[in-house]
Amino acid sequence: MSESTNNPPQRAGRLFEPLGEVGSFDPGRHDPVDLEGLTVLIGTRKGAFFLCADDGRAAYSLQGPAFLGHIIHHAVADPRDHRTILLAARTGHLGPTVFRSTDFGKTWKEARRPPAFDRPKDGRVCDVVEQVFCLAPGLPSEHDTWYAGTSPEGLFRSEDGGDTWSPVAGWNDNPMWMQWTGDGKEANPDGSPLHSILVDPRDGKHIYIATSSGGCFESEDGGASWKPINQGLVSPVPREITEYGYDPHCMVMHPRDPDLLYQQNHCGIYSKRRHDAKWRRIGDNMPRDVGDIGFAIALDPRDPMTAWVFPMDGTDVWPRTSPGAKPAVYRTRDGGESWQRLDQGLPKRAWYTVLRQCMAVDDGDPLGVYFGTTNGEVWGSTNAGEEWRCLAAHLPHVYSVETVRLDR
Amino acid sequence: MRVAVPDVLTGYTGGAKHVDADGTTITELLEDMDRRYAGVRFRIVNERGQLRPHVRIFVNREMIEGLDQPVSANDEVVIIQALSGG
Repeated sequence: MSESTNNPPQRAGRLFEPLGEVGSFDPGRHDPVDLEGLTVLIGTRKGAFFLCADDGRAAYSLQGPAFLGHIIHHAVADPRDHRTILLAARTGHLGPTVFRSTDFGKTWKEARRPPAFDRPKDGRVCDVVEQVFCLAPGLPSEHDTWYAGTSPEGLFRSEDGGDTWSPVAGWNDNPMWMQWTGDGKEANPDGSPLHSILVDPRDGKHIYIATSSGGCFESEDGGASWKPINQGLVSPVPREITEYGYDPHCMVMHPRDPDLLYQQNHCGIYSKRRHDAKWRRIGDNMPRDVGDIGFAIALDPRDPMTAWVFPMDGTDVWPRTSPGAKPAVYRTRDGGESWQRLDQGLPKRAWYTVLRQCMAVDDGDPLGVYFGTTNGEVWGSTNAGEEWRCLAAHLPHVYSVETVRLDR
Repeated sequence: MRVAVPDVLTGYTGGAKHVDADGTTITELLEDMDRRYAGVRFRIVNERGQLRPHVRIFVNREMIEGLDQPVSANDEVVIIQALSGG
């Protein structure tokens, strides 16, 4: 991994005050936020919101928005200190950035050097970061290390808590980057993100990433080199090349069994162990009339065999709403051999989508499961999906849902 | 010289809609603005040094054609940030 040589100049940090007189378009405009305990972090098209649970998870209080008017693709708390929060942000045409709070959301600073590409040497079209799409903390032993995935498909690393970001040259400048990503030729309407970053908790140099128009990739040397790991996946378009050109929507690693990967793909639900040659389509066991198309997948941190997905309609023009407009979460407890429909409490009919970063679990017992919708609702279950209730409504279009237990 | 800043960037200028900055070209002017108001340049130009979409810069009421356009102390510089989308 090399240091950037063409990044924007270093800048002094800028403190956003949470209250006070602000202009109508002030980037720091937000309502007061002061978070505590089990918190659901919600990134939306119009800012970040937060749901704080009471001790028994009987009630959740809504705070925010922070950064009203900013597109928040991902709101993530640091699992290492239980107080730091990072936001992957973009405001209209002002470009991408990262905001950070180290005091439970009370005050925020913008990254002094947001993710930005070095000058490419290969004539690619996509040479400007349009969005910071996802954020992922490094190992517990790497206190200030974070990774960021962007659209177009860039990978960045911070070693100072998210204040300054450097390109991971082994990925961004990889000689295969244009072929792997398509260089914008296969871009989604909202951009083609590098959306999943998984760091092996046993070895920080072992990293997986997934991109929307390329597939899944693995590095065993801290990001210096990468290999595609897509054998067994179905490609959305017929092609001879089988090493790349796939569309994983969300890839996750089990925290207690890091050799076990799951993914919700454009073309099904899959799992794979590290040294397996191929992905296995576990979505074939979903009900035929529901199918196994979707965006999000979440795992039970205590049980590698348990996962939740939110199927969507992938027929004809791909409405991406629930099949039959009947929202339901599906859960497997046997690694995908069988799936159970979980819709108690959910509306009988609705036309929303749950995007790839919009499903998360908490650390409660029984486990809490949460998802956010494109019509601004956040739903939660405190019994592993058996029953659902709407925790927040009338929010903007939800782009991400994460949880953390903040320690005061 | 005096630079008019769009509302959307006043979060970087402490609320000021007009700021002072120096330079012999627009590029130098933006670099000086960034020294005075940390972060503002990267909101106007991207990492390739290109104006971000929907940003326009006018010198003496004429839109510039490139960031290397010369400017002088008495010029009036106006940065426009159009808003679009929903």
